[in-house]
Formats: sequence, structure tokens, C-alpha cells
Amino acid sequence: MPACAGEIPLAMNPEPQVVEVSLQSDLKSVEAAEELAEDVCTKAGFDDEDLHKIGMAVHESVINAIWHGNKNDASKRVWLRFQIHPDRVEIHIRDQGSGFEPGRIPDPLESENLLKSSGRGIFLIRSFVDEFRVENLKGLGTEVILVKRRNSKEKKEA
Amino acid sequence: MSMKAKTRRVDSVTVVDITGRITLGEDLTELRQLIRNLLAQGDKSILLNLADVTYIDSSGIGELVSGFTAASNQGGQLKLLNLTKKVRDLLQITKLLTVFDVYEDEARAVGSFRKATGA
Ligand SMILES: Nc1ncnc2c1ncn2[C@@H]1O[C@H](COP(=O)(O)OP(=O)(O)O)[C@@H](O)[C@H]1O
Ligand SMILES: [Mg+2]
Repeated sequence: MPACAGEIPLAMNPEPQVVEVSLQSDLKSVEAAEELAEDVCTKAGFDDEDLHKIGMAVHESVINAIWHGNKNDASKRVWLRFQIHPDRVEIHIRDQGSGFEPGRIPDPLESENLLKSSGRGIFLIRSFVDEFRVENLKGLGTEVILVKRRNSKEKKEA
Repeated sequence: MSMKAKTRRVDSVTVVDITGRITLGEDLTELRQLIRNLLAQGDKSILLNLADVTYIDSSGIGELVSGFTAASNQGGQLKLLNLTKKVRDLLQITKLLTVFDVYEDEARAVGSFRKATGA
């Protein structure tokens, strides 16, 4: 049985189930992506509260991929991939943009940012999933990776 | 399941009953325009009733904030009524519960404006 690239082949670690779609850079894709996320994760056994969090994280990530990544260019696409593991779901959102440094994003909770009308998407995504990573694919676009564990508690607000 | 917003007048306060999803898209532009129009015509006490809002995203939250700032900048007030748990949680984690005046009772909310404007 071939293992996934980058993963140690363990008999105890079966291959993840994968669902993948390609989306147009269009606002309609956002709702479609969110519905798919909720669908896939319902079947994967996540509870209602987690489904809402996963749906919202995907919603915000796909909007960012379309707007900031693909700059609303209708000729560019967004790829959405779900990998369902026994203990978690991994969600990959890939665009055709030039990437970003998540460490450089202003903190929306700082008082000088509190009244800004934007800049809360990634903050919300981070608070809804267990892991958030950004991979710059060097000329091939940007991939945002979200990991949600089963029965996980989201990070609590301090 | 898109957003709908209807306005009604209670005393000197304009209550905006919003239903559905407050998310990025044309609906959001409409909500912005509605608030801007109210302010422009001098209706500066605005109460957004969010009881039937099923979902709000970061753009929707941003729109509430920009409505709040627009009202304040014009000597008005924009307040929130009846937050669902989801919306309350989002405003909580984004620290916006410290910014908005939030009410669970319409009469009390309406009364709070009267006091504030000294009418
Ligand atoms: N897929 C992406 N490609 C490039 N830049 C991005 C992407 N996602 C987010 N960003 C950058 O991160 C910033 C913060 O994103 P976010 O927190 O969602 O706030 P907003 O979308 O309201 O600006 C964006 O303004 C943008 O500069
Ligand atoms: Mg965003």
C-alpha cells in the first residue's frame, strides 16, 4: 500500500480518505466550499459545534484565496482538499497567488485595530481550528492548511 | 439563505431587523447603504436587531464595526439587540463586546438612546 508523500507508512495509520474539488474564483464558490466542508465533516463524525467552526474557517480561507491570493482573477482557481484521518481532518486551500507571511498580519485585538472594518479572518480561522499553516509553493501559489482534531477544544480566549 | 433587513421606528429610534446571513457579498453592500442612508437622513439612533441572524463572517463583523464608527462620527449611535450565541461568541473573541452597546430587551435598548440624546 503506497504511503502519502511526507508521511511515515504505518500499518496503524491507514491512508486518509481524500475529497478534492477545484473552484472558480467567484463568491458563489465560497458557499459551495463551506457546504462541502460541512458535508464531508458531518460524514467524518464531527459534532455541530465543530461543523460550524470548520465551515467558518473554510469560508474565510476560500474568501482569502479568491481575494488576496487570486485577486479576483476569474482565470485563476482555488483547490480545496479534505484529508480525513481517524483523529483529525486536514483541509488544504490552495490559490494561485504569491503568498503571505501570517506572522506579519496585524493583531485585530490591539486597540488601534479594534475599530478596523477588516483583518479578522485569519484570527477567526486560528481560533476555530487546532493548526493553521501557510505554505508558499514558490511560483505555484499558496496553500493554507487547517487541521481540526476530533473532540478537540478550540483555543480558549485568555 | 441570504440577508434581509427591514427598518421600523420605535420612538426616536430606528430598529433594523436583520435576518439570515451577514456575509461578504451584495447583501453586505446593501446593509452598508441602508445604514449610510439612515444617517444621511438624520436617523442617528440605530438599533440593529440580530435575533434572526444565523451566521456572520469576518466581513459582516467588519460591516457592524464600520456602521458603528460611521454613526459615532456623525454624532449618532449604533447599538446591537438580541445576539444569538454564535454572534455573541464571535464578538466576544474579537473583543468587540467591549466596543458595542448590547441589549437583550428592546424597550431597554430604545430607552438607552433617549437618555443618551437627552431628548
Ligand atoms: N491566500 C492569501 N494570499 C495572500 N495574502 C493573504 C491570503 N490570505 C490572507 N492574506 C493576507 O492576510 C491579511 C489578513 O487576512 P484576514 O485576516 O482574512 O483579513 P482581511 O481578509 O479582512 O484583510 C490579508 O489582508 C492579506 O494581506
Ligand atoms: Mg479575510
